[in-house]
Amino acid sequence: MHTRSGLKASLFALAAVAATAFSAAPASAQGSLVMYCGVQEEWCRAMSNAFEKDTGIKVAMTRKSAGEIYAQLKAESSNPRGDVWWGGTGDPHLQAAEEGLTQEYTSPLNKDLHDWSLNQWKAAKQRSIGIYAGALGFGFNTEQIKSKGIPEPKCWADLLNAKLKDDVQVADPNSSGTAYNLLATVVQLMGEDKGFEYLKALHKNVSQYTKSGAAPAKAASLGETAVGIVFIHDAVVFAVQGDPIKPVAPCEGTGYEIGSMSIVKGARNLDNAKKFYDWALTPVAQALAGPAKSYQLPSNKASPVPAQSPKMDQMKLIDYDFVKYGSSAERTRLLAKWDKDVKALPK
Amino acid sequence: MRSATKLALLLGWLGYAVLPWYFVEGMSLTRLDWAAGYPLGKAGSALALGLSGQAPWLLPIGAALAAITAFVASRDAARTATVLIWAGALGLALLFAQGFAIALENQGIPWLAALLGSTGATQRGMGGGAFVTVVALLLLLCHGLAYRGICRGDLFTTCSIGIVILLIGLFIFFPVSTILRSALVDQSGAFAPSAFFARFFDSSIWGLGCLSANVNCGVAWNTLVLAVLCGVITTLLGLACALLILRTGMPGKRVMRALTVLPIITPPFVIGLALILLFGRAGVISTFLYEWFGIARSRWLYGLPGVLLAQVLAFAPIAFLVLIGVVQGISPSLEEASQTLGAKRWQTFRTVTWPLLKPGIANAFLLGFVESMADFGNPLVLGGNFEVLSTKIFFAVVGAAYNQGQAAVLAIILLAFTLGAFWVQQRWLGGKSYTTVTGKGDSGLPTPLPRRITWLATTAIVPWVALTFVIYLVILVGGFVKSMGRNHTPTLEHYATGFAIDFSNGIYFQGSAWNSFFTTIKVAAISAPLTAVIGLLTAYLLTRQKFGGRGMLEFATMLSFAIPGTVLGVAYILAFNVPPIEITGTGLILIIAFVFRNMPVGVRSGIAGLSQIDKSLDEASTTLRARSFTTLWRVVLPLLRPALVSALVYSFVRSMTAVSAVIFLVSAEYNLATAYIVGRVEAGEFGLAIAYSSVLIVFMAFGIGLIQLGVGERKLGRRKVAALNSSVSDPITQGAAS
Repeated sequence: MHTRSGLKASLFALAAVAATAFSAAPASAQGSLVMYCGVQEEWCRAMSNAFEKDTGIKVAMTRKSAGEIYAQLKAESSNPRGDVWWGGTGDPHLQAAEEGLTQEYTSPLNKDLHDWSLNQWKAAKQRSIGIYAGALGFGFNTEQIKSKGIPEPKCWADLLNAKLKDDVQVADPNSSGTAYNLLATVVQLMGEDKGFEYLKALHKNVSQYTKSGAAPAKAASLGETAVGIVFIHDAVVFAVQGDPIKPVAPCEGTGYEIGSMSIVKGARNLDNAKKFYDWALTPVAQALAGPAKSYQLPSNKASPVPAQSPKMDQMKLIDYDFVKYGSSAERTRLLAKWDKDVKALPK
Repeated sequence: MRSATKLALLLGWLGYAVLPWYFVEGMSLTRLDWAAGYPLGKAGSALALGLSGQAPWLLPIGAALAAITAFVASRDAARTATVLIWAGALGLALLFAQGFAIALENQGIPWLAALLGSTGATQRGMGGGAFVTVVALLLLLCHGLAYRGICRGDLFTTCSIGIVILLIGLFIFFPVSTILRSALVDQSGAFAPSAFFARFFDSSIWGLGCLSANVNCGVAWNTLVLAVLCGVITTLLGLACALLILRTGMPGKRVMRALTVLPIITPPFVIGLALILLFGRAGVISTFLYEWFGIARSRWLYGLPGVLLAQVLAFAPIAFLVLIGVVQGISPSLEEASQTLGAKRWQTFRTVTWPLLKPGIANAFLLGFVESMADFGNPLVLGGNFEVLSTKIFFAVVGAAYNQGQAAVLAIILLAFTLGAFWVQQRWLGGKSYTTVTGKGDSGLPTPLPRRITWLATTAIVPWVALTFVIYLVILVGGFVKSMGRNHTPTLEHYATGFAIDFSNGIYFQGSAWNSFFTTIKVAAISAPLTAVIGLLTAYLLTRQKFGGRGMLEFATMLSFAIPGTVLGVAYILAFNVPPIEITGTGLILIIAFVFRNMPVGVRSGIAGLSQIDKSLDEASTTLRARSFTTLWRVVLPLLRPALVSALVYSFVRSMTAVSAVIFLVSAEYNLATAYIVGRVEAGEFGLAIAYSSVLIVFMAFGIGLIQLGVGERKLGRRKVAALNSSVSDPITQGAAS
């Protein structure tokens, strides 16, 4: 008798585990929202908690980098799990829009938004919208620069100083939207040939191409590197903490990112995704950034701007062509060229 | 027909006619709103859906069950067996055919769907009903085979083999073939073998530029060099440590043993993190050297040296655990014989001890080699510009240039390296017997080490132990200070962020880490026993039963060990996001991933344990007319307790520390501790990451203690055998040693 009862018992246990304990999928039919969040954890949590409190809709939030979310949307495209993708640099949003992974939406709040936010919306053929903006720049470690005895860097050109050899960090554009933004910015600012000359010269000073876009800011704040090329607001975070890091908006002019939001195509909780979308564009929701130590510029004209935020109206910003540089073809071409002409170079 | 077969048939009807066939979202026993779709809607049973015309392709499966039912009362045993085999096999084939053929819109296999008479139809993923039906059909098929006399007509054996093959096929072969298939298609999804060759021979993989100029070498060479160095160094350190502990009167042995276990229960990349805080340019030690001795701060840590250092610290203990068993096992009487014949200590060591150590050294090296290949956390944190295959695969998938084909090609190379290493080891050690533990009494005393070996070993070990000690100090302290390395004000802030509990209104787990912490515990607690059961069962089948395809089965279990976690993660999300098995985003996929990733260890420790239990015990039980399950349950299992402990401990620990396999599989609701910690590291919140890691370490140490108390105390009862006890007591050793 042992044979049968034991075998059956174990089979039933297996079946029971499979069928009941974990069959509750993350998104039940009503009252919930699956949110992929592409900014830092604290802000993500603040957003999901506040939305839950305001609407009673249960939010299941996952924080991942923009690249990871894009990869996940692509892997899940035949059977989407997510509803809304909030945050993260605009390029992967544009790419997802181009590939039809996200869907069109026109929010009643569009009229309250800055032009740059709507530019993203137009570039994405209504599939993505700007929720915040941040300019590209760099942060330098004041102690390190002082000990090297060189003047404080103010321009892109200053980063080519031979004394900064092996002391600049920037992410690898293959893995980071921030670094791709630098690549596209330099190409637009200096022209493609001169831009690549610049990147080749910079390559001699770069100690490491990090994986994550914001990592060089952390490294500069710790003194692991003298200069980190990042979005300025990422450097501000550490400056506000009191770390010896100074954020710089380069004098020649610089590009910027438009952090974006998209609704996933085939979202299971489409109505809630739209509710979230509208809510996230309100001044109330956008005011959550400052307390969560995120100093980007919000996209609603009426949203309060955190006092520590870099003043984008005082910077020289280029007219960044998001349509061209966000397209898959141009992106693939530039990345391949960078791999071949810059990364493969000897130091 | 035996009553077990009738029960299986009943189970089949239960799954087919009663339970909801499809996977119902949000289904639980507490909330009953899904029941609205029963029996004809979303939660309908196969029979109802088939008869009502909603899913006519499900009807043939029922026909298979009906055919078997018609023979329930038959007295013709041979004919019953034939019907069981045919109907079972056909039912299974039909079930999977319709599952794969008819899926979501524009998916599935159109020609097969047309063949099944349902062009253009769609259906969702299989659920509980389908699962139960599959199991039942499989059991019926295996019963039929047993009635035919296969495996001495033993129902339990044939069924176990059937279930293990089904599980391995579904959860190892199917996902792996899914990802390998994507190596052969181009970005748009068209079949393009030329794309495969272009990717495979890319210079970023095989380039040798670093030999002549200051550029990066191909990622395959990087990985290989790192793995060989890691294997050699961990083996030497492990050997030195084992020799010192067993063969000298060195003080502090207990502390050393404790320190060697710590890295095993440490989440990966935490060691890398601690190294940055110590040796990074602004690290504690670098700063000290700079301020006191004017030694310039450098970036040596980022790249091969740093990754290697972190891996050596993490994996040397594993080599040590392998080698201490081998050193213990060397019979002192052989060495005594050598000395009696007039050999000096050094000569004895060189000619007797060393050759006996060789196989153990090969095993330890292989382990260090494979672990280094599969490591993902340390290269991620410390790699700098030094790329290895595992990180490159990760960024091929998540990077800006989403390139699944490239990831698949890289995965194939990595897989080839690890499988190659296993193959070489099998070839090398296959024919030889390398156990010296015999049943004969061995009363000799181990020879002390020759002095120069002692000195050599000590100079290697002392810095290593000291470094390990300092690193754990950093991990301990790092959670309690504001910012390690710069601001050492004591604070509880990091622990509060992660693990605050609000008592003001009942108990509310407010901290940000609680959610992932509870999920991790739940997943580890469910997957560990399942791993142990499936692993030991497989081991039993492999060692004690003879059946065709046994070698294949053994290879398949090892395959999942050799597959790097990143590859498995991507493969799972590709294979299980769409019907017929649609489980991404659930906790189930995490459990399954862990079970099949850790199963080889259960198998290995089971085989090691079983090979020490004399077959005559089984035979005695069989002669007394016990069935094989009874033998397994009453005779073998009690003797296998130590193997059970190691399987449980290992899979428990691995489920709590694995990163690479699950980073793709975690979801909003089911997030895991390690995935959370990686996020913290990425965001630069080192304090919280370290605090969380310390909590995990303490918790794991506690959990291991509990497992040992729970299972180990009854270990062997009166049948305690010294040899058996000593060699199986260790989880990791058994895992990959054999």
